[in-house]
Amino acid sequence: MNPALQGLITIILGVGGCIGYFYLSNQFLDKVLFPARGKDAGRNINRANMIRPWLFLFPAVFALGLYLGYPVIETLRLSLTDRSADGAFVGLANYSQMASEPKFWEAMRNNMLWLIVVPAVSTAFGLLTAQLTDRIAWGNVAKSFIFMPMAISFVGASVIFKLIYDTRAADLEQIGVLNAVWLSFDGGLGSFLFLRLTPALILLAFAGFMVYGIYISVKPYIWSGNERRGDAWWTFPLRAVVALGSAWLLWLSVWSIVSVMTGTLPYGEPQTWLTVPFWNNFFLMAVLIWIQTGFAMVILSAALRGIPEETIEAAILDGANAFQIFFKIKVPQIMGTIVVVWTTITLVVLKVFDIVFAMTNGQWETQVLANYMYDKLFRANDWGVGSASAIVIMLLVMPILVWNVYNARKEMR
Amino acid sequence: MTSLSLRDVSKSYGAVNVLRDINLEIDEGELIVFVGPSGCGKSTLLRMIAGLETITGGTLEIAGERMNEVPPAQRGIAMVFQTYALYPHMTVRDNMAFGMKIAKKPQAEIDAAIANAARILQLEPYLDRLPKALSGGQRQRVAIGRSIVRDPKVFLFDEPLSNLDAALRVATRIEIAQLKESMPQSTMIYVTHDQVEAMTLASRIVVLHGGDIEQVGAPLELYERPANTFVAQFIGSPAMNLLAAEVLQGGEQTEVRTATGGHAIVPIASQVSDQGSSVQLGVRPEDLVLTESDEYLLSADVEIVEALGETTVLYFKPKDGEAPLIAKLPGIHSIKKGTTIRLTAVPEKLHLFTDKGISFLYR
Ligand SMILES: Nc1ncnc2c1ncn2[C@@H]1O[C@H](COP(=O)(O)OP(=O)(O)OP(=O)(O)O)[C@@H](O)[C@H]1O
Ligand SMILES: [Mg+2]
Repeated sequence: MNPALQGLITIILGVGGCIGYFYLSNQFLDKVLFPARGKDAGRNINRANMIRPWLFLFPAVFALGLYLGYPVIETLRLSLTDRSADGAFVGLANYSQMASEPKFWEAMRNNMLWLIVVPAVSTAFGLLTAQLTDRIAWGNVAKSFIFMPMAISFVGASVIFKLIYDTRAADLEQIGVLNAVWLSFDGGLGSFLFLRLTPALILLAFAGFMVYGIYISVKPYIWSGNERRGDAWWTFPLRAVVALGSAWLLWLSVWSIVSVMTGTLPYGEPQTWLTVPFWNNFFLMAVLIWIQTGFAMVILSAALRGIPEETIEAAILDGANAFQIFFKIKVPQIMGTIVVVWTTITLVVLKVFDIVFAMTNGQWETQVLANYMYDKLFRANDWGVGSASAIVIMLLVMPILVWNVYNARKEMR
Repeated sequence: MTSLSLRDVSKSYGAVNVLRDINLEIDEGELIVFVGPSGCGKSTLLRMIAGLETITGGTLEIAGERMNEVPPAQRGIAMVFQTYALYPHMTVRDNMAFGMKIAKKPQAEIDAAIANAARILQLEPYLDRLPKALSGGQRQRVAIGRSIVRDPKVFLFDEPLSNLDAALRVATRIEIAQLKESMPQSTMIYVTHDQVEAMTLASRIVVLHGGDIEQVGAPLELYERPANTFVAQFIGSPAMNLLAAEVLQGGEQTEVRTATGGHAIVPIASQVSDQGSSVQLGVRPEDLVLTESDEYLLSADVEIVEALGETTVLYFKPKDGEAPLIAKLPGIHSIKKGTTIRLTAVPEKLHLFTDKGISFLYR
């Protein structure tokens, strides 16, 4: 049969089935089970109305249970069994084996890097483009272009970026944009400005930002003024985590500044960008940032438009300049939306798989958890460790998911 | 001393002229109220003074200095918006402090200014709350507090009470009047639709209509001596009745006969009313009294009777092509719907306008 015809029949059957289910089940409830006549009519109507929501909920609950609830439990069970021993229960052996594999920790480290960099950069770019395109005539055209990558699949985007990072032998013409640009640097003043000073300054700004983060989070414990009164119990751990995270990133950025300024750069040689350890992670992240910026921009520009114009005018009368208006009036008012965008992108990032799979397949120290799981489950056929890593991903996603739902609900109120 | 002056100020959006040649001198300590129908340009004029709209033509001076190109924050003005425009993410204290913090004033000075404003407006218990935890009236007080803290030369209010309910509006109106009294040196410009606000608050009222100033004057001056039919009908409620009439005898005691057969003698200041020319005779509903004599001003069929106890409002069946006439009689009257009654008014309460609507008092 023609597949189009098949599709059509499926649609008709599916939609018809749904309508039939809702119609017939309600008929059954009203006419047979609790008919609204006879001496119990009133009581029957009340009972029917108590049952009705469940009739409507049942298909969704059933489908979610079958395709989400059951797999989670089954994965949990599999992660505690051993395939080579015919599925015998082995406790946490799979987890401890996984913990002893360096590739797992590499995936963990990379996932954390993705988790910090991609949502932050996408949200920041999204906010920037939303603000910049807000008041100009061709803003909507610009927005459409920036949003367009959202329509491209991750694998498609990976293919596009693979072309950008492509490498040819030195004597051939480079088709990769990045190498073409790279070869135009020769180690002179321009190279110093663009390849050493600019990145160093950006890193320095980032380092400064981290110092500020540390300062903010430890301030109340050094100058213990009255600011600490009424703190919730979780403020101390939260502040500690933020401070430690910032300290780690500070160390990373200082180290990077040193290496950027002192490292020898191989001018004139085409680079295989995706094999440069550590940095290749960022080349992969660029793909996701390129895609997610559009998403962030669209949501944030709607939020920016929702800010009451008078508050901005009041700030103008108060003497605030454009930057102060943006950071002190606009951003705080859309903070809720920024958090939702941020956490939504975080959820995408935690599950990132396609990009790594299509571009490096986890080689050259670019492994991430989802690809690690795929490796274990479908290449090594080791369902125990594979399921264990799936559970780890789920545990990491869960708190962010809960927080995201909580914030999104708060935003809607 | 002149605090603010507008000279030939105009505003146009492209080809649309929203305001034309506005001239106005405002003295220090005055409370000027802009009134006018919706869309007449009140807010636009206020926002031009504030610097939120550019000035297309003419000059704006505040305290003797040209302000056309000065940024809003340096004009020495503060504005209170209809929607309060509080910063929702800041506490009441921070809302009031924002401007001074931007100006990098010392903390002690900021604290003193806030304490002072909070005392005047009784906001002390709410200083650490967010705006969303305040009632509408309290929010408006914070907005006013934010402008007091700026210590401006001129306060600008754009319909500050129109988002409040009726009872709160009265209370807040009285608070604003008291505020003005406690700061006799400050100049205020206040935009409103509400006649009661205009009449009770203003030292002078500016009536705007379609981008022009119709009349400037003290509240009772506008009520007693309106310059034209627009002001006559805009000030006072219900609006002034206008009757088409013909001059029988010109002069300082002009004698007129209305189209419906009424008769009146109107004292006017000028001699211009020529015999036989057509004019408009104005009389306020509250100035009409019942009469039995043949020297009546108005004889008409009662269509609707509204007995309010303190007053009785009569609506007359309009003669074809004329606006409906209204009389407002004090006390209770047993007038039936459908009866024909005669009304008159003392000559001093009558107003005479040319057929173009200009008062003879000002010609
Ligand atoms: N950007 C604009 N472009 C063209 N016309 C405008 C623009 N903004 C305002 N107007 C016009 O200017 C006129 C005056 O507007 P304004 O807001 O000052 O009226 P208003 O007297 O404050 O009315 P209201 O009592 O309803 O607040 C209106 O007719 C309006 O249509
Ligand atoms: Mg207005």
